[in-house]
Amino acid sequence: MNTKQTSKFSHSNASIMNRSTESLANPEELLVVKNLSVSFIQYAKGLKQLNLEVICDLNVSVNSGEIVAIVGSSGSGKSLLAHAILGILPTNAKVTGTIRYQGQALTTERQKVFRGREISLIPQSVNYLDPLMKVGEQVQNTIRTKDAKQLQQQVFERYHLSKEAGLLYPFQLSGGMARRVLVATAVSGGAKLIIADEPTPGLHPEVVAETLAHLKELANQGCGVMMITHDIEAAMKIADRIAVFYAGTTVEVAPIEDFKEGGEALRHPYTRALWMALPENDFKPIPGFQPTPTDLPPGCLFEPRCHLRTAECQCKKPEMQDLRGGQVRCIHAT
Amino acid sequence: MRLEAKNIGFGYHQNSWIFKHISLAVESGEIVALTGNSGCGKTTLAKVLAGYEKPREGRVELNGKANTFAGYNPVQMIFQHPEKSVNPRWRIRDTVNEGWPVDRELLHRLGIEEAWMNRWPNELSGGELQRFCVARALSPNTQFIIADEMTTMLDAITQAQIWEVVLDLVKQRNMGMIIVSHEEKLIKRICDRVIDLEAVLNNCEGEIKNLDLKPDGLLVSQLE
Repeated sequence: MNTKQTSKFSHSNASIMNRSTESLANPEELLVVKNLSVSFIQYAKGLKQLNLEVICDLNVSVNSGEIVAIVGSSGSGKSLLAHAILGILPTNAKVTGTIRYQGQALTTERQKVFRGREISLIPQSVNYLDPLMKVGEQVQNTIRTKDAKQLQQQVFERYHLSKEAGLLYPFQLSGGMARRVLVATAVSGGAKLIIADEPTPGLHPEVVAETLAHLKELANQGCGVMMITHDIEAAMKIADRIAVFYAGTTVEVAPIEDFKEGGEALRHPYTRALWMALPENDFKPIPGFQPTPTDLPPGCLFEPRCHLRTAECQCKKPEMQDLRGGQVRCIHAT
Repeated sequence: MRLEAKNIGFGYHQNSWIFKHISLAVESGEIVALTGNSGCGKTTLAKVLAGYEKPREGRVELNGKANTFAGYNPVQMIFQHPEKSVNPRWRIRDTVNEGWPVDRELLHRLGIEEAWMNRWPNELSGGELQRFCVARALSPNTQFIIADEMTTMLDAITQAQIWEVVLDLVKQRNMGMIIVSHEEKLIKRICDRVIDLEAVLNNCEGEIKNLDLKPDGLLVSQLE
């Protein structure tokens, strides 16, 4: 396993080096997001401006050949992170902190260059395709080289889509085919970093398995994959690490083994609660809700729902600390 | 109480059928899963059972009588996308109270805060909205609930929160429930029996006589 991974890394590094002579700080780290905050400026009443901070102090990294799953409750900022990396946030969004891609800051200009080519998004559903255009043509449109048609056919072949499938409209595709078309679109530009936004919900088990296999295959070829999901089960099948989001921040980053060992090895109380709420475990929820961005607690964001809380938790937001091969944002974690 | 489909067939277009000759029955106090691949007609079957669509053939009966759908429908459906099943131009209070004056205790049990009632649907998250959709479906007159991928879009804790209340009430009021879902673990946890629509349609090429005859459909044997 280990040797296989190193060979993967060296392979992808070689290709990166070939294309650019830039020096890389840590070549294994494809994407590093550090202290990212995203806030929206809204008008509350009349001309009164409101700064709504939806992501704060978020840290996550993706290496080449690695799948990082991002799990967390709905509204915890998972999709916004993807949009921030791709640079497709709405104009009233303000982004602070750093995003580094291949060792260099990912500026707006670089985002424009890489978006859809090296960094690509596998969107959530078939709704993201143009409903009035044949899917083959749509994939061709995303390819910016001359031999678009040929390349599209190659990509379709790779994902077991027949020639005729390219002549279909999105509404004629079955759920599984639609997923394959979306993956084909994403990889046709020679992607190095793939962001998959909720790739599995509402699909039957065979299509889920197929989608996950595609992501794993891409990772094995040296791509970095960021899989945004709330399906912990799916994440456990293929991911190398899992980052857990809560109310716009990372509360834990854990290697996948910790999830497989029955939840005992998990560091943050929220992650444990998430684990216990799965139908195959206790199926028992914890009380309370994720706080809304307008009404965040002053200290630890999870404090109001936490069974480990002490007076100290209310004072200060805990920093991310390294613990047992992972990271956690909790002062009580052991 | 018994919700029964007698030899029903349905298709959206003339000359094409989504399913044909389907018969099944769900009793009060029973939790039945309806599974099958995407696109095999689970949601359509659910809609026919709940009365959103009229079957082209056969009939749907509630306690041996055709469901009249006068007033509050005793067969209630909860959909996968809560944001698509509420009127975006109605305050949530109006939406929830449209069918019946929702009682406070139920709202409290579902974890709905009083302040949310005055909001517009776009000011609520998916999990919050789905709680309202669950609340409006659970009137005292409800006898059967059809949950179509009710919690697929939600995270594990919210899922567990909603299921806890729903299962409690189903048991307490002895309602019948049909769950449309792909999640094997969830089905295994809460369902009494499973109907695999796809297998039923394939094995008998649309000539199924009675789903009831094979109550423990194929998926159950796979799970165990």
